[in-house]
Amino acid sequence: MASEVHEASGPTAYIVHHLTDLKVGEGFWTFNIDTLFFSALTGFIFIYVFKKVADTATSDVPGPLQNFVEMIVEFVDAQVKDSFHGRSALIAPLALTIFCWVFLMNAMDLLPVDLLPGIASLFGIPNLRVVPTTDLNETFAMSISVFFLIIFYSIKVKGPIGFAKEMLLTPFGPWLMPFNLLLKLVEELAKPISLGLRLFGNMYAGELIFILIALLPWWVQPALSFPWAVFHILIITLQAFIFMVLTIVYLSLAHEDH
Amino acid sequence: MSIIATLIGQIITFGLLVWFTMKFVWPPLMQALEERKKKIADGLAAGEKGKQSLDLADKKAKSFLKDAKNQAAEIINLAQKRANDLAEEKKEAAKQEGERIILQARSEIDREIHQAKEALRQQVGALAVSAAEQILRREVDINKHKEIIDNLGNQLGQA
Repeated sequence: MASEVHEASGPTAYIVHHLTDLKVGEGFWTFNIDTLFFSALTGFIFIYVFKKVADTATSDVPGPLQNFVEMIVEFVDAQVKDSFHGRSALIAPLALTIFCWVFLMNAMDLLPVDLLPGIASLFGIPNLRVVPTTDLNETFAMSISVFFLIIFYSIKVKGPIGFAKEMLLTPFGPWLMPFNLLLKLVEELAKPISLGLRLFGNMYAGELIFILIALLPWWVQPALSFPWAVFHILIITLQAFIFMVLTIVYLSLAHEDH
Repeated sequence: MSIIATLIGQIITFGLLVWFTMKFVWPPLMQALEERKKKIADGLAAGEKGKQSLDLADKKAKSFLKDAKNQAAEIINLAQKRANDLAEEKKEAAKQEGERIILQARSEIDREIHQAKEALRQQVGALAVSAAEQILRREVDINKHKEIIDNLGNQLGQA
């Protein structure tokens, strides 16, 4: 049916169709059902697997699944210990959640572009975007959460006065207070924006290229989509890793007292 | 492509995921890892200890073996000495026995010589008497000279 739509309305319509969310609601109170559903699904997969391992975790010889999970946990733990020197019960689990969740959401990218939307159209669902990280709402949801955590920990560690001092008096001293504030605001706001946009941009572009490849004749597609998918395995892991590491770095900066 | 209420939903999802991980996933996993770390460390320490005690036992066994060898050598020496002594004793005893036998034989010989001499003397006496009888039969009455002949016989017997 997707190909019929494509033939009927041309490549632009095909692309737009693939990049249109399944929406409910009006104006601001619009919910992208597909983003919510697939992010919850991948989140559930992550939680289910890790909870299962955590419940049966033994200190004896681990099974293959526990081994795999432990490998990820130790990898994340090593990253956290590298950058963050304080003690926090939140940061390591946060980093683990970000890494695994983002990775799984990104991995939805590797499914054939028409597979899930095609199946959905059989059930009368007109639009479906299967990769939640190609939705700005998803990436900004995470980066804004991280931003609030940065603010929270900055105030918690340095105290309201310490935080205010840092915002007003650095880097140029008391005589340039407004300028300092402006600089600091830009610096702080750039963190969530760059964090959210980086992930969104990478995944959106990647998905777009998959869609473009899908527009080519069928005999050209494997030659292009296979290398791009292989390359994308690297991209999805790398983006998950970058999001995690930057979160750790930002939060450890928030913990540092000047 | 606009920021809409989905954002709020995603923030809630994200928060729930982080909360769940923090509460139920991270601590047991970290605990298992710590426990395993400790177990491995303990195992390595035990292995090291076992190796040391093995070395010790090896040394002990070697010293035992050495002692046993020394003892065995000592016992063998003693036994050899004892055997030598015994052989010497036997030799001595045999020598004495031999001498005793020789002495006995010698005395036997002496006795037999004596007996032979005695017999010879009696025979010679008898011979002399018979010879004298034959000589004297012609001129001497046996009854007349009986005393002389007896006397002579006695004298010969004494000699």
